[in-house]
Amino acid sequence: MAEIRNYTLNFGPQHPSAHGVLRLVLEMDGEVIERADPHIGLLHRGTEKLAEGKPYNQNIGYMDRLDYVSMMCNEHGYVLALEKLLGVEAPLRAQYIRVMFAEMTRILNHLLWIGAHGLDIGAMTVFLYAFREREDLLDCYEAVSGARMHATYFRPGGVYRDLPECMPQYKVSQWHNEKETRARNENRHGSLLDFIEDFTRRFPTYVDEYETLLTDNRIWKQRTVGIGVVTPERALQLGFTGPMLRGSGIEWDLRKKQPYEVYDRLDFDIPVGVTGDCYDRYLVRVEEMRQSNRIIRQCVDWLRSNPGPVVIDNHKIVPPARATMKDDMESLIHHFKLFTEGFCLPAGEAYAAVEHPKGEFGVYILSDGANKPYRLKIRAPGFPHIAATDEMSRGHMLADVVAIIGTQDIVFGEVDR
Amino acid sequence: MTQSVQNLAQAVQQRFADRIQSCTVNVGEVTVVVAQPQLLELCQALRDEPQFGFDTLIDLCGVDYLEYGAGETGAGRYHGPRFAVVYHLLSVANNQRLRVRVFLDDQHPRVDSVITVWNVANWYEREAFDLFGIMFNGHPDLRRLLTDYGFIGHPFRKDFPLIGNVEMRYDPQKKRVVYEPVSIEPRINVPRVIREDHRYMVVDHKDH
Repeated sequence: MAEIRNYTLNFGPQHPSAHGVLRLVLEMDGEVIERADPHIGLLHRGTEKLAEGKPYNQNIGYMDRLDYVSMMCNEHGYVLALEKLLGVEAPLRAQYIRVMFAEMTRILNHLLWIGAHGLDIGAMTVFLYAFREREDLLDCYEAVSGARMHATYFRPGGVYRDLPECMPQYKVSQWHNEKETRARNENRHGSLLDFIEDFTRRFPTYVDEYETLLTDNRIWKQRTVGIGVVTPERALQLGFTGPMLRGSGIEWDLRKKQPYEVYDRLDFDIPVGVTGDCYDRYLVRVEEMRQSNRIIRQCVDWLRSNPGPVVIDNHKIVPPARATMKDDMESLIHHFKLFTEGFCLPAGEAYAAVEHPKGEFGVYILSDGANKPYRLKIRAPGFPHIAATDEMSRGHMLADVVAIIGTQDIVFGEVDR
Repeated sequence: MTQSVQNLAQAVQQRFADRIQSCTVNVGEVTVVVAQPQLLELCQALRDEPQFGFDTLIDLCGVDYLEYGAGETGAGRYHGPRFAVVYHLLSVANNQRLRVRVFLDDQHPRVDSVITVWNVANWYEREAFDLFGIMFNGHPDLRRLLTDYGFIGHPFRKDFPLIGNVEMRYDPQKKRVVYEPVSIEPRINVPRVIREDHRYMVVDHKDH
């Protein structure tokens, strides 16, 4: 009789459901996974080393490029770490703006996740729906910072600028005539806040649409229920955070437990899973979208009635307004110093964490008093999650590995850094 | 929050008085410095004793202090142990954080693995080994993690150049990828400066 042995299978790095550049070496017994060995680092750019060679204010752009589907949340972690060490606090309006955009980023991230995860395990339509809403949110990014993805909008001491009074408009093109264009620009005539408010009104219906497609879908349940179960004890041991930890039933959310910015003034709930399988994590993330929508709505209401500064006026850290440079010597000097040398942080170390859409995103800055970080360590939430692939996929079928990678919400920009 | 941080620092100080080197509080964070032989015992106690309850290791990273405190000229350099490993602990049960730092030997940086205490340390230790060349005693699978297959050196050490040592390209003659010494020049756009005159010491802005 022929000897039957385990065989190894290379999954990725060019596999469409490897979420970028994951190479998985799977040791299989028939179709059952015996061992999974993820090989990461194919997108390693040495962000932390690069950051050591750049002044603090120039590193914000690198943060966008870590987890490139939740850009502003990465900036948030970095900026909070800087502020902690500098001992400054952003004005209240800036904090509300940051929270609003962090929550919009959370929705952006979860929309991409639900689309990609659906696509991975056989649900095509939800991807198209999710990208329709992402378009609106990316337009908000564009309106506020000029960039649709890599915004560099959060700055130490506040945000780059106040919310604009107008939204970018669609133009007539060979694909859309004047009448269609007018209809598409319908909700873009007011300010950015009007547009966001309109979005928060529409969004719950959209989430209902996704849920109609998935929540009671027989195929969806077959692919996710009971797959990749993680007990609460193991989740803590494996360093899970965010929806991965909450899916296992541990109510842990930094926005509630260690509130930063204005989260303690806002009203929202933390969804928690029960069994810790892929389906529970799906439910948690869907509910998080609804809760984020609630937070955005509260921020819009507050921001409407409370104008004020959006950045501190300490020109050692924040560049002065461009116009003042023309006739004010001090401003010119500040401007010159900031853009040729940056600012120095006091010697010491700080760790700041935010509740990123994927989990705890932390930035550890070790400063020796220079204008560049001596050591910058980025604690990416996806890193421990992908490390747990082995434990989560053992004993499952090959097709379930795809569901497990999908539920981990892996983005290689942050895992590989 | 500040009160609980002070309490934690005191509790650590009392419990491990003779076995830790220091326990300080700065910007609302507690930092414990411990010598390498006591590390594992400390971690075990921090996880298991209910007053600490550090059930998760949030982050583990290596640090190379070779050029600490030195500007671009190299003046004012720090003298002390070169390598350190920094652990960031989180207690979900007690909602508190703690930083543990252990300094290591310059020539052969080596420290006990904490995998048995927190399983999540597995990949973090592989990363620290890959990037800094720090060895972890008792790690079951200490392979490179982030760098290329067959990579030479430890890229996050301060004496490893930012531009790297080798570059690669496809060679049409040999019909494979070849590695060659780097052809680019190192470039510093903004020099590293340390201002000693406290001009950046800022007061808290509460007027919003």
